[in-house]
Amino acid sequence: MAFPQPRPQVPQLPQHLLRTIECQQGAVRAVRFNADGNYVLTCGSDKSLKLWSVSRGTLLKTYTGHGYEVLDVDSSYDNSQLCSCSSDKTVILWDVASGQVTRKLRGHAGKVNCVQFNEEATVMLSGSIDGTVRCWDTRSRRYEPIQILDEARDGISSLKVSEHELLIGSVDGRVRLYDLRMGQLHVDFIGSPITCVCFSRDGQCTLSSSLDSTVRLLDKSSGEMLGEYSGHVNKGYKLDCCLSDKDTHVLSCSEDGHVYFWDLVEGSLTLKLPVGKAVVQSLSFHPTEPRLLTAMEGHVQVWGAEPEDAAVEDG
Amino acid sequence: NMASDEDSDEDFVTYGTPLEPLEEDEPIRKPVPVHEQTVKDEKGRYKRFHGAFTGGFSAGYFNTVGSQEGWTPSTFVSSRQQKAERQNARPEDFMDEEDFSEHGIAPREIVTTEDFASERKDQLKDKARAVSSLAALIPGDTGLLEELIAPARSSIGVELLRKMGWKDGQGVGPRLKRRQRKQNTDAVKVHGGALLPSGSEESEDEDDEFAPENVTFAPKDVVPVDFTPKVDSHGLGYRGLNPLQALGGGSESAHINLFTLQSDRTSSLFGDRNSGQKRRGGIAGQAFGVGAMENEDADIYHKDSMSNYDTVLGGEEPGDGLYGWTAPQQYTRKKNDSKRDVVYLGRILDGFTLASQVTEIKTVYPPPDLPRDYRPVHYFRPVVDLSTVSPIVAQALQASRGHLSQDAPQQGRHSLDSSQRRDMLGETPLQGPSSVFELLGSKDRERLNEIRSVAKEQNKSVLNLSSAEDRAAVVASSTAPQPDSLTSPAKTQASSETQMALNAWSGPTADASKTFKPFQKNPQKQARYDLYINKLKKGDKEALESSLDSSMTEWERGRERDEFVRAAVLYKPSNSSLSSRFTRSKNEDDTDSVEVTRDQENDVDDKQAAVKMKMFGKLTRDTFEWHPEKLLCKRFNVPDPYPGSSTVGMPKIKRDKYSVFNFLTITDSSHVSREGPSASKPPGSSTTLPHLTPEVNKKSRWDKTGKVSEPKDPLSAFLSETRSEVSVAKQIEAGAKNQTDSSHASEEKEEDEEEVRPPMDLFKAIFASSSDEKSSSSSEEDSEEEEVAPSTSEPIQISAETLNPPVSAQITPAPDISKVPGII
Repeated sequence: MAFPQPRPQVPQLPQHLLRTIECQQGAVRAVRFNADGNYVLTCGSDKSLKLWSVSRGTLLKTYTGHGYEVLDVDSSYDNSQLCSCSSDKTVILWDVASGQVTRKLRGHAGKVNCVQFNEEATVMLSGSIDGTVRCWDTRSRRYEPIQILDEARDGISSLKVSEHELLIGSVDGRVRLYDLRMGQLHVDFIGSPITCVCFSRDGQCTLSSSLDSTVRLLDKSSGEMLGEYSGHVNKGYKLDCCLSDKDTHVLSCSEDGHVYFWDLVEGSLTLKLPVGKAVVQSLSFHPTEPRLLTAMEGHVQVWGAEPEDAAVEDG
Repeated sequence: NMASDEDSDEDFVTYGTPLEPLEEDEPIRKPVPVHEQTVKDEKGRYKRFHGAFTGGFSAGYFNTVGSQEGWTPSTFVSSRQQKAERQNARPEDFMDEEDFSEHGIAPREIVTTEDFASERKDQLKDKARAVSSLAALIPGDTGLLEELIAPARSSIGVELLRKMGWKDGQGVGPRLKRRQRKQNTDAVKVHGGALLPSGSEESEDEDDEFAPENVTFAPKDVVPVDFTPKVDSHGLGYRGLNPLQALGGGSESAHINLFTLQSDRTSSLFGDRNSGQKRRGGIAGQAFGVGAMENEDADIYHKDSMSNYDTVLGGEEPGDGLYGWTAPQQYTRKKNDSKRDVVYLGRILDGFTLASQVTEIKTVYPPPDLPRDYRPVHYFRPVVDLSTVSPIVAQALQASRGHLSQDAPQQGRHSLDSSQRRDMLGETPLQGPSSVFELLGSKDRERLNEIRSVAKEQNKSVLNLSSAEDRAAVVASSTAPQPDSLTSPAKTQASSETQMALNAWSGPTADASKTFKPFQKNPQKQARYDLYINKLKKGDKEALESSLDSSMTEWERGRERDEFVRAAVLYKPSNSSLSSRFTRSKNEDDTDSVEVTRDQENDVDDKQAAVKMKMFGKLTRDTFEWHPEKLLCKRFNVPDPYPGSSTVGMPKIKRDKYSVFNFLTITDSSHVSREGPSASKPPGSSTTLPHLTPEVNKKSRWDKTGKVSEPKDPLSAFLSETRSEVSVAKQIEAGAKNQTDSSHASEEKEEDEEEVRPPMDLFKAIFASSSDEKSSSSSEEDSEEEEVAPSTSEPIQISAETLNPPVSAQITPAPDISKVPGII
């Protein structure tokens, strides 16, 4: 006879500003946690990619090699490699420690919006404005992609990779889910251009934000809508959305300078976190802790659930 | 090369290497192009260019200085036993071999040494130097002083001459007597007119009188004409500023200067005899005044005299002494008397002679006589635009002018139709029925229409021809005789063409504005054609008949009908032919080629509506088959969902409507078999995949060929023949089987597909040259075949259990089909 489980704690939201990092690399196009959440990667519009420590907010390394502004970055599970994509139509695989370019992959016809490693960092997937997703092999020396997914009819804005699935959002208003195991492609029609897609942490749902200022939670297997979240402003920018660390909340950037927190189940607005006056361009949620990164203009802010009682290390 | 030809009388001196004699048959050799011209060194190797040729400086022996050691400095070693020799480095030691060659910087050639060099050459050089020094801006810069202090040294030739009694200044040659020499000089003068400077001739001439008869003199030293090349850019004969004149203010001035000697030389150079004699030595000039004991110079105190002035008006008297007298008439009339003429003309200019022949007088032709009524005014005819005037007027105009414009269509009598001729002749259109059809009774008309419709029905089977075959048929029919009656067999073909034209043009993509206008020369006809095309596009079945001109005769209409149909088929829009490659789902009548593309997305409008209603799910989701690359699956640690499939990505189906298989009228079972390997069902695949089971029940192509009225290709015809043979053979051997041989078609209906196939021996006999040559694909077939029909002696079993799958499925075995028992 087991005792009933203790009532789960009320999830804490990262609403306290812990740190502001002035990145000094132009506008920050994207901010990402690394795989374990100890480091921050920022993509600058000055062609540079920077690696920071979250705890101290210090710059650890700058990666230069792109020919134009960097648009997205992802780190491998073992933190040994980075992949980044840029407006210069290239995808670059970096060696983290040395900061050298391991591979520079050309093939996209337009700027590359998003890039992701797969789980074992054996494949890089990059989605470009040319409407294709290219799967690059990191193991071989081939400079041609393994496969090109050209089903999208417009530019690819966002993509995520799970164990055996690729979730790809396109400007043609469709979210495509490629199931490698089943050999199937599910196309969910949203209608409005997709800005960001992501999987839920349990892998059962997909989240997609679109330019009609709506974030939708869809059931992955059937495509039925589980929740719809609105209230924020997303009309022209490619803004990020994500789920909180325990899938309790849905987060989205907004063009009014806030980050919106909705309760996942109820769909009600839980928190409207004021970040600044400009557009919150990118955000990233810590994989395990209630910690949030937001990027606005040239700086990145780190938010935590509780204010740090240690010495404030702003700047 | 000096060579004298012994055969010929004249002695030729040839210089240089002669060209190879041209042979007539020899093809003209092409000149070697520049890029193939190579430079080789003396050993025949390709020469490497250095320095400027290669864009950088490199020298000598593999970029060293001509030796493998390169710039290794020589060390000075001197010991007590071996005293070092004194080494005098010459410039040649540092020079390359090429430098000594012909084009090097220090060419080595055989030259006469200075001792043996001729004096004359030296003189020439000196003179050239002197001249150039004169022409130079700074006079005397050619090392005059050097010359002055040059060592007295004479060449061998001069020494020898001296030994022989020659003295400086004398000419070389046998000694002459005075008289002779004088004659010689005269001859020279007369001959050339070119003045040869000849030393102090005058003074010698004066002495001439005292010369005794028996004394001989040396010949005069002749200074050759100096052929100094003109290198400056001055005008011809211009010598630049003469320094003597510039400094002295005139040649007469007796300035003392350093260059007196030179001036003497130059004057002798240019043959200035007078100046040398008139010159006074010593100091002279006004500036120095006149000494008390000296006579006055006439120049100093200028005395004017009357002799300096002209005293006679009109100048000197003319040399002819005629004083402007003109000859009287009779002198001019007398011809061929040059003396008279000379007298008349006065005097003849130097160097001119009177012409012996009188120049011909040019004949001048008078202008023609003008007619009396000629008016010197040009009248322009008015220009008439032919398109604006009626054709009769235009033609009259053209005829009146006598020239027909080439642009106008040369319309023969037969190229015009009756209405055009009517227009030309200005006739009124005929009243009454224009067609024979209208004259017929209503019953007859119905009958004709019936016949026509039957003909159309018959031709429906022909409609599945490919467009290429369509054209071929059309072309062939164009050579066929004209159809003049509705019931003739050619007419049925024409009606099929009509149907084809309708098919081609009724597509939605056809664009009238871009279509070809075949009857552009005849606008009325083109208008009718356009009307016809427009009606075709609307799908009007009676497009042709209704668009023709009813006022034309039946024969003309028939012809035009024919032309229109043919033009419509030939010039059908290209995109319609393109669209014919894609299947239209609305097309119901040809079932075997229509197939809905599997992976097409559903209607977007429905989805939009669903999104608006927030009905996500089935309405908004499309699921497709998608083939990941094998390597991608490997990298993702996922088993390949379609093992054995070669497709990547979305399976693309190209269903060609007019493929070869369509000609063989393959039914759906073959479609399944073709898809079988690529699309073997994945576990749990969705229902969008084509259903296989209902289609299996359909008959195979072997069944169908028997029913088709006319086999289209020789192979199927052949197969049906062999089939009948086999069935006969079967009848004989399998007596137990109670099959009727009344018609093999009915027999085939009952039999399975396999039953129909002839034994493999027959195929082998036809197709295989040797029995051991078996393709890998058919090997399996063969083995199974032999089980069923090992020899013709055994009866062929028809029971369902031993049946093999149909041929089409056998090639690519699909499990679904093989399970199904072979029923009709």
